Amino acid sequence: MIKIDNIVHKYTVWDDENTKNEKVVLDGISLDIPSSTFMAILGPNGSGKSTLAKHLNVLLLPDEGTVWIDGINTADVDKLWDIRSQVGMVFQNPDNQIIGTSVEEDVAFGPENKNMESSKIRTLVESCLKRVGLWQKRKESPTRLSGGQKQRLGTADALAGVPKCIVMDEPTAMLDPEARKEVIRLIHDLNKNEGITIVLITHHTDEVADADQIVLMKEGHIIGKGTPMEIFSNKELLRAAKMDIPPRVELGDKLREAGIPVPESILTEEKMKSEILRLYNETKGKGEATC
Amino acid sequence: MLKGENISFSYNQAGAEEKAVLKNISFEIREGDFIGLIGSSGSGKTTFVKHLNGLLKATSGTITYNGQNIYEKGYKLSNLRKEVGLVFQYPEHQLFGSTVLKDTMYGPRNLGMTDEEAEESAKSSLKLVGVDESYYYASPMELSGGQKRCVAIAGVLAMKPKILVLDEPAAGLDPETKFMIFDLIRRIQTERNIAIVLVSHHMEDVAQFANRVWVLHDGTLKMDDTPANVFAKVDQLDEMGIGVPQITQLTYELMKSGMPLPHAAISVDEAAKMLTHLLRKGANA
Repeated sequence: MIKIDNIVHKYTVWDDENTKNEKVVLDGISLDIPSSTFMAILGPNGSGKSTLAKHLNVLLLPDEGTVWIDGINTADVDKLWDIRSQVGMVFQNPDNQIIGTSVEEDVAFGPENKNMESSKIRTLVESCLKRVGLWQKRKESPTRLSGGQKQRLGTADALAGVPKCIVMDEPTAMLDPEARKEVIRLIHDLNKNEGITIVLITHHTDEVADADQIVLMKEGHIIGKGTPMEIFSNKELLRAAKMDIPPRVELGDKLREAGIPVPESILTEEKMKSEILRLYNETKGKGEATC
Repeated sequence: MLKGENISFSYNQAGAEEKAVLKNISFEIREGDFIGLIGSSGSGKTTFVKHLNGLLKATSGTITYNGQNIYEKGYKLSNLRKEVGLVFQYPEHQLFGSTVLKDTMYGPRNLGMTDEEAEESAKSSLKLVGVDESYYYASPMELSGGQKRCVAIAGVLAMKPKILVLDEPAAGLDPETKFMIFDLIRRIQTERNIAIVLVSHHMEDVAQFANRVWVLHDGTLKMDDTPANVFAKVDQLDEMGIGVPQITQLTYELMKSGMPLPHAAISVDEAAKMLTHLLRKGANA
């Protein structure tokens, strides 16, 4: 789906009014994102995550190296709109991308700009809003939506481009825990049921336990890549990427230090719970199997 | 210090039916407090917080600051705004001065400090948030995200408040920068003896830093207690659409499955201690 080959990106910074300088934000990034993958990108502020995301639908072009989207080089100006419709973007603050006066008009904006027939637009808008669960709200003003609903509207906007991939740049940063779950569930559904490739940028380690692949970035480099299991069992790597260790993983570590034989690499809360219960029942000597 | 009694508030909606956003809230902020204010979206947190420095006036009820009724005729709300500083979400979006120092001086100057006083106050606040002299004449736009947020907080600190209200101060920050901000808030609390009200959706942070938790639900103050007591009420909070720290959830479920833990843990350390004790004890029994 997406192939990133050794890209470098530099921003111009001004040391003072007359001295120009360059800051390397992406320093030789290579990454393959196969079709229908759920890929999460983690890393501290300033590590280059958002800059990388902006290369995936040609908001930025690399200074060196190449990005291929479904075999098309993003530097190919003639194909710009093809690529943009393949890759949809959802940003941190939904207010930055919502422009319609009603929910349905907002979703129709993209297709209208592509000169799509109005009957087709109607069908498309209906399908997008139903998939994100906002069909009931189609006549409402986006300003009346909650944060989670706004983020789902942003996702519907992206879906209206009929993308094969959706890139989400910290979509949950402004949401409360319930709304966060709602948005994460939605993108997992789109990934599983429709095979849409997802690239999720986030600081929340608890949102990525179900991802296929996790990429850790730091200072413009990829410092680690693997399954959630591989990443979360590598404490040194997590520390280097300045990531939080999920509380249940930390608990496992502490129990092991205290000599309690909790197996390593437990990622989900369910698993941790059943492991502890198993140990507890064992020590009680009854050997009941509770899960 | 700041005390509210039976505060209610409705937005005046022309034509529409009046809807009470806050209902009969009584509260008190005392010296040395670090209060975590939690509640689901739409519970009235932001509306409530705007009452604390008089940005909104309660429809009924009274608020007193050091015994003085702030709604009384002749009470200068500008005085209260000096005492209660509000730091909104993404405060760095409000930076506009041409230099870091000028931006930080803006608030105190508006409150009537002389240029010298304002500069002194700005400098000491910038020092407290860890922004040193070399940044004084830089444009705020050249700073990193975390630094910008620190400068924005310094701008409020420079007004020398006694109470500082922060709405989601770590939103959008990576774990390390977040820790830096919370470390800063704790230093503000102790070094300047400022009471803190932290509005947050992140229960881990509330459990770790607050010594008192307010739970707002549907415009009502449902709980006002220690973090341990509040987060122990997992089911009640769940009904209100409020989560608990992940470790609290886990230990709570273990209890429900029959493990005799004394209570749900609010930190990983606490959970590890309780579980180790129990799993070892079982082995010896």
